[in-house]
Amino acid sequence: MMSNNSVKEYEAGLEDLVEMEFDENSFEVVGYQKDSQEIITRPQMSMFKESWIRLKKNKGAMLSLIILSILIVMAIIGPHLNEYSYEQTDYDKVFQKPSSEHWLGTDRFGRDQWTRIWEGTRISLYIAFLAATLDLIIGVMYGAVSALLGGRVDNVMQRIIEVLVGIPNLILIILLIMLMKPGIVTITIAMVITGWVNMARLVRSQVFKLKTQEFILASRALGASNGRLIKEHFIPNTLGLIIVNMMFTIPAAIFTEAFLSFIGLGLQEPLASLGVLINDGFQAMRNHFYLLLFPALVIVGLMVCFNLLADGLRDALDPKMKK
Amino acid sequence: MKPLLEVKDLHVSFHTQAGVVKAVRGVNFTVNEGETLAIVGESGSGKSVTSKAIMKLLPEKIATYDSGQVLFDGQNLLEAPERRMEVVRGSEIAMVFQDPMTALNPTMTIGKQVAESVMKHQGLSKKEAQKRAIEILELVGIPEPATRVNQYPHQFSGGMRQRVVIAIAIACNPRLLIADEPTTALDVTIQAQILDLLKDIQKRMGTAIILITHDLGVVANMADKVAVMYAGKIVEEGTVNEVFYESQHPYTWGLLKSIPDLDAEEELYSIPGSPPDLLHPPVGDAFAVRNEFALAIDYKTQPPMFKVSDSHSAATWLLHPKAPDLSAVIQVKERERVAVAKKRNRLIADSSPIIQVKDLQKHFHLSGNKQLRAVDGVSFDINRGETLGLVGESGCGKSTTGRTIIRLYEPTGGEVYFDGEPIHGQLNKGQENRMKQKIQMIFQDPYASLDPRKKVLDSVAEGIDIHKLATSPKDRKDIVQNLLEVVGLNKEFMNRYPHEFSGGQRQRVGIARALAVNPDVIIADEPISALDVSIQAQVVNLLKDLQYEKELTYLFIAHDISMVKYISDRIGVMYLGNLVELAPTKAISERPLHPYTQALMSAVPVPDPMEERDRERIVLTGDLPNPMNPPTGCRFRTRCPYAMEKCKEIPLWKEAEKDHWVACHLID
Repeated sequence: MMSNNSVKEYEAGLEDLVEMEFDENSFEVVGYQKDSQEIITRPQMSMFKESWIRLKKNKGAMLSLIILSILIVMAIIGPHLNEYSYEQTDYDKVFQKPSSEHWLGTDRFGRDQWTRIWEGTRISLYIAFLAATLDLIIGVMYGAVSALLGGRVDNVMQRIIEVLVGIPNLILIILLIMLMKPGIVTITIAMVITGWVNMARLVRSQVFKLKTQEFILASRALGASNGRLIKEHFIPNTLGLIIVNMMFTIPAAIFTEAFLSFIGLGLQEPLASLGVLINDGFQAMRNHFYLLLFPALVIVGLMVCFNLLADGLRDALDPKMKK
Repeated sequence: MKPLLEVKDLHVSFHTQAGVVKAVRGVNFTVNEGETLAIVGESGSGKSVTSKAIMKLLPEKIATYDSGQVLFDGQNLLEAPERRMEVVRGSEIAMVFQDPMTALNPTMTIGKQVAESVMKHQGLSKKEAQKRAIEILELVGIPEPATRVNQYPHQFSGGMRQRVVIAIAIACNPRLLIADEPTTALDVTIQAQILDLLKDIQKRMGTAIILITHDLGVVANMADKVAVMYAGKIVEEGTVNEVFYESQHPYTWGLLKSIPDLDAEEELYSIPGSPPDLLHPPVGDAFAVRNEFALAIDYKTQPPMFKVSDSHSAATWLLHPKAPDLSAVIQVKERERVAVAKKRNRLIADSSPIIQVKDLQKHFHLSGNKQLRAVDGVSFDINRGETLGLVGESGCGKSTTGRTIIRLYEPTGGEVYFDGEPIHGQLNKGQENRMKQKIQMIFQDPYASLDPRKKVLDSVAEGIDIHKLATSPKDRKDIVQNLLEVVGLNKEFMNRYPHEFSGGQRQRVGIARALAVNPDVIIADEPISALDVSIQAQVVNLLKDLQYEKELTYLFIAHDISMVKYISDRIGVMYLGNLVELAPTKAISERPLHPYTQALMSAVPVPDPMEERDRERIVLTGDLPNPMNPPTGCRFRTRCPYAMEKCKEIPLWKEAEKDHWVACHLID
């Protein structure tokens, strides 16, 4: 090893050193080098750029990102790739196997499975988008306000959250169905009521932690208003946490919708949702396995990819959390 | 004397994501039985890594011992199996850690934690171990050990916990005690107690001690031998006298000179720059780029250890027979520094007060109707252009005072005037903005005081944005560039993020941020206590320069009384929310009147081994009382060596001599 050799060299006896040959000017005083005293050897980059580099190294997360992009693109253009609509029945062609005419076959009413699957994916992605938006708007605001105002206001706001956490989702939806028809609106309302609670709690604890940090005090000493503090300091410093938590909420929300549709409390025929499709496929599983296989593959793909990506993002945005 | 521990050519590397960090690069030293070796160095110099390597306590996955030997009693510990190490750790070599708050298990009684190692290593029964635990606790000075063994760590104060940590370490009569910054987390009066305890234990048990510290005062007080580390190497070692009085290495000179000495009239010496990044260790001498006496050869070849005497050696080419004689150069430099300091002193302190604080109070309401009177009636003036130092132990309310003046906390009572105008009570928007511009603050922790998600440009420009001081984005950038130059940073650093900077650099960014709004008064809240010694001097010099150039007024809050003495014109001493003494620096350091001030002054170890040896120290007994329930009357009376019956009354705040204010019944 290099270092070992050089170490031995330094430890050569003093006598050798005196006799060692040196350049003429070796012992001139040249003083310090101002430029290299304060040198920063690390490359210049923002924390988000560093995170992106770390994320790129995570193969699972990158693969998930690609698969998710494909699924999203297909959800947008998929139904338009053939001439069928999702509710168009054709009683001459029920239970067709996948063929060049119907790429993924047809169901018991002769509806085109390809179109229905991508319609169902649209619903799942709508739910994902809804969950993310609710988290962002209600959850983040609620948490930040609760922490910033503190004291009695915080106390009341947290009690409200505790009540909401106490009501199971399923009960809430069953109660809602008594008032309204089961469908996407009901699910949306149920999520509006409870979907953002975890985010609110996380953001609150993070803001509480940041509130006593010295850079916040410095900003307040300079006369910063509460609005400025939220915009300039609290949001950028909680963004990583918000993104990660959002990415974990999305698959949970997708699953909830599919589950409700599967047990018949969600979307109703002829609307297509992955849950509805899986229920159909499940009933026809023995003779027509392809009806279950493809929707199941899509939902598994969505869930696994969102989870893997969320995992990757957590490690990338906060490397300290990784053991 | 027999060598107990010999470290030979130790190399340790850490394999991190960014690359291989060569943390220890060829360290050699010997510890004899019963002696104390102090390893001194800045953070990142490898001193803690060396000590952990001796015990093989480094994380196995990322740390590798590349070469070298650690001979303990003739056995190479680096090759010893884990089984053997378990026996060595605790029973033969024991360790005392820095932070007593985290070194103890909060869910176990103190007695059990002390008894644990006795039971493991000496095979005593539970009952015997418990008895032994009580003996040891008594030895380390825990009062009523028989009842306190059954208590939990949270029922002990910081100083008492450190005593317990020491008790655990010495429970099995180890032959070597490694103390890694044992007093850094403690207040000076408690530090004095712990240092005395360590010395006492060494005398009674003949334990050898490796003391790792950055505080040269502690070294002068404790050590027999000293090793100075820099960038993973020992650059100088010798007996304590040799290193303090005949130091040969420029780094040691720098360290010793960067500690303020009240009588010196020259500018505080500061080693320029920051320590090197050991991810890419420099060729040649690692210290060369910061060394004003660096030789051409320093940049090419690493210097070997040159022997000065049998016990003293240093790694610098200056000791080579062909090296030039520097004494003339050093004298010139010295004179230059005196000139700089003299120039600065010409700033005449205007005697009109710029800040007046009258009976300031800040009480915090805690759960359960409890009240913490953090600041309880403090009054003082700060004159234009002067530096008022505020010192005291942790929890005395000095930081709260600063934060209440600038209204980061709403005062509970009292009045504060800036330039004759009240800045307490309800202010309108304009008044508040003016006050926030004219009074600014510098914070303690350089790592927490900058927003990690913001570029330095935006952090510094924060005040400019809030008060709309820039006319255009270009103007804003120019102002920031200017400020960075003023605080001695490269203006190219503007677009970098805080995590790329060292502690000292960050602190200077924090100073630039405060200066951006052209303040008249700066409240510096422990601005140097989180920095290394050589960096502290840089920041203090910068503050003094700025004061001269911009006619600033400082309120300098710190617990390090030697630095406060150096920078301040007047000093106020606080104890449990009260000001106990306030006087010009000269008066307070020559004739402190309040017994607490006397104890505080005497507790600080000075970096002079001879003086430390002869000095009579006032060691205060006991701990700081619970601030939630302070003693009635004079709050210091529970620890005061002169306490008398009269002290149950509250002492008056009176002017004992001209400008020398004190609150004590001893002074009439």
